[in-house]
Amino acid sequence: MKLKLKIWRQKSKTSKGKFEIYHVDANEHMSFLEMLDVLNEQLVAEKKEPVAFEHDCREGICGTCGMVINGRPHGLLQGTTTCQLHMRFFKDGDTIVIEPYKAKAFPVIKDLVVDRSPLDKIIQAGGFISINTGQAQDANNTPIEKDISSKAFDAAACIGCGACVAACPNGAAMLFTSAKISHLGLLPQGSVETDRRVMRMVVQMDKEGFGSCSNIGACEVECPKEIKLTNIARMNRYYYKSAFASDN
Amino acid sequence: MELKGNVPQGQLKEKWIEYRSKMNLVAPNNKRNIEIIVVGTGLAGASAASTLAELGYQVKAFTYHDSPRRAHSIAAQGGINAAKNYANDGDSIWRLFYDTIKGGDYRSREANVYRLAEVSNNIIDQATAQGVPFARDYGGLLDNRSFGGVQVSRTFYARGQTGQQLLLGAYSSLSRQVAKGQVQMFTRQEMLDLVLIDGKARGIITRDLLTGELKRHAAHAVVLATGGYGNTYFLSTNAMFSNATAAWRAAKRGAFFANPCFVQIHPTCIPQSGDYQSKLTLMSESLRNDGRVWVPRHKEDAQAIREGRKTPQDIAEADRYYYLEERYPAFGNLVPRDVASRAAKVACDQGLGVNQTGKAVYLDFESAIYRYGKSKAHVEGYENPDKATIIKFGEEVIAEKYGNLFEMYEKITGDDPYKTPMKIYPAVHYTMGGLWVDYNLQSNIPGLFVAGEANFSDHGANRLGASALMQGLADGYFVLPYTIGTFLADEIRTPKFDVSLPEFARAERETKERIEKLMNIGGNQTVDSFHKRLGKVMWEYVGVARNAENLKKAIEEIKEIRKDFYEDLYIPGSADGINPELEKATKVADFLELGELMAYDALNRNESCGGHFREEYQTEEGEALRDDKNFAYVAAWEWEDNGNHVMHKEPLKFEFVELKTRSYK
Repeated sequence: MKLKLKIWRQKSKTSKGKFEIYHVDANEHMSFLEMLDVLNEQLVAEKKEPVAFEHDCREGICGTCGMVINGRPHGLLQGTTTCQLHMRFFKDGDTIVIEPYKAKAFPVIKDLVVDRSPLDKIIQAGGFISINTGQAQDANNTPIEKDISSKAFDAAACIGCGACVAACPNGAAMLFTSAKISHLGLLPQGSVETDRRVMRMVVQMDKEGFGSCSNIGACEVECPKEIKLTNIARMNRYYYKSAFASDN
Repeated sequence: MELKGNVPQGQLKEKWIEYRSKMNLVAPNNKRNIEIIVVGTGLAGASAASTLAELGYQVKAFTYHDSPRRAHSIAAQGGINAAKNYANDGDSIWRLFYDTIKGGDYRSREANVYRLAEVSNNIIDQATAQGVPFARDYGGLLDNRSFGGVQVSRTFYARGQTGQQLLLGAYSSLSRQVAKGQVQMFTRQEMLDLVLIDGKARGIITRDLLTGELKRHAAHAVVLATGGYGNTYFLSTNAMFSNATAAWRAAKRGAFFANPCFVQIHPTCIPQSGDYQSKLTLMSESLRNDGRVWVPRHKEDAQAIREGRKTPQDIAEADRYYYLEERYPAFGNLVPRDVASRAAKVACDQGLGVNQTGKAVYLDFESAIYRYGKSKAHVEGYENPDKATIIKFGEEVIAEKYGNLFEMYEKITGDDPYKTPMKIYPAVHYTMGGLWVDYNLQSNIPGLFVAGEANFSDHGANRLGASALMQGLADGYFVLPYTIGTFLADEIRTPKFDVSLPEFARAERETKERIEKLMNIGGNQTVDSFHKRLGKVMWEYVGVARNAENLKKAIEEIKEIRKDFYEDLYIPGSADGINPELEKATKVADFLELGELMAYDALNRNESCGGHFREEYQTEEGEALRDDKNFAYVAAWEWEDNGNHVMHKEPLKFEFVELKTRSYK
């Protein structure tokens, strides 16, 4: 299949970017990133600079890849990372527009590469259970209801790719933050710290320049791991409980 | 030179406990003044960095990713072993130890493996306490499943994302220490050299992947937790950037590289579909709990399938060759990985392969769907369910167990594995070899410690499924934080090192020269074109089956590729900034040397053991023929640029297990 690619090129954080047009021959079995590999091999052979994009595991789990494809983070396919999107979902003659994530908290570093380190800062603020190595009791001492554990897992499945932020018109990191807060808060071993955790993570989220939630729900639609909006509701509940607790 | 493993004396069961109780310690007030560099933030690196920080050391952690949550440990699907015996099926520390030693074909150190089994239970406790959502049953307790090469259920799992959940657990512990200021986190920094001062590892040189700047970092000790070298083969199940550079740079500074030829080729990967392919994707071994591996019994049927004239459903039951079940009735589809991979290759070499390239076998869930469906229909109160109902229920059970794997398979191939069998083929997955370490996980360079897949120590010639996560976390949480004290206890009077020392300047200069050399070749071929050439040689000659003639050919051809690489490589752009082609080039330059050493080691090892199968050494039935008399040793290599690599032997002494022919029949 012959494709026309309109790709955002930007040399550095401070320089101005623009779209460039490229043509590439792909086949339907390729993944989207393999299609970009083909383009880059072509560019290097022409002694031009390849398009910078991030990727690593190419199995949809490391969360490194992520770009906006035809206006949607990770492209059109529901519950799928860019690396798992395959070319059979495109047609011969298609024009594909490829841009970096656009969000205030994620400055562009080069071409399609953005800085997502603010997400790590949110985790550092409280996205953990405070236990040192060696302090654990036997794993079966605390039974956990299967459904609760499963719900916690659904939230823990977040890969930290940042698509939720890119999808949000406000550039909010509510889905990301609430997923971690839900994962840990739902489990008995993590619930001990919920009050402190939710306050600290929310404060950090604001500090990093992420926007506020206005219940649009684009984050849930674009999340490659299908993390649910109900996590945001849960985070808000925890937050109000913590904020209005009488001894605070 | 004969190498010493520094294994403590005493009974196997008491070695670690005794040793731990008597080793020298570093007092808390001194820990505060000691700096440790940890390179890599996968399971081994993140767990080591966070635990060392908890103990009070000043830790500097490095990753080339944008975040410490991305390392390839994250992609491990199936599970993590532990000897909890929650399944009440006769498991014990001894049995886990024994299975691992036997699974590794008696080419690992007894005491290390026993210690691994011993701490395995602590890992499950620790991970659970961190909030890792392991699978549970309705009573709220942890659930287990089986993996290859064992007859008990000891594998803990978190759906098909066990590695992800364990890594995120370690990452959360690490993040907690970063927030406390105990760990200084360096992201997007790639280690390009090791710095030695007076023969001890005291620092590293990194390249900032955003600015291209070379930076010097000093510490009292250096821990490498930088993963394996499977990407030497170009195509593997490793992540795109998984590489050997940190370990290989240490080797170039004098660290010995042990058993480089021990490479695990995983039997259940999605077959290659074209030349553009960038990597291969694993389908978890857990699928072999329920999937049955087969090919058509007759060549004509296989050919008809390859040509699209027949589908797998057209092949009658009697005409299906369930080769693992037939050849290895005791373990069936759950034979260890090396055995399953070889059997797949043999079947395809006989012309029985089932995709266009002839290099694929089926992994079929039809009978599992039927079996589970019947049982669930019964539970749901159906007395005589029809076939459609059984299949509906069966698919539900399978979806619950392997849903995400089935989805991934469908996304990649476009085939629905609920309706038609998966097609799978072996691919490079893990490397058992690695930097040589003693019982303390210390390399032959004092102060250089190596953890996780990057070291060679626990898996011998073949790793059992669900043991990589176990070893990475054992090293990082429960072994290295103790054993590093044996070195550091003598360093409490050593002041912090200044990066302006001449040793740092020299290492930085040499790194800069290496980069300039690559940038200035100014040829016409891309890095990938060389990497693909190397990969092809490695797969053909140093792959599932090897022989002396091919290995010699491999060594010559790799030298040839290396020569071409330095004459005709082209890297666009400059070294001062993001340059993915340059990043690839530094890695491939190292693979081009390590690949040669792998072939060299394979040629030296005149026996078949585990993943190392030499065609000259096999039984009449085609099983591996080990030679304990001559090869029960670790081959630790010292690289020489002139090609005369020097081997140091560490004899493997088996005091507590009897060496037996590994049989899964």
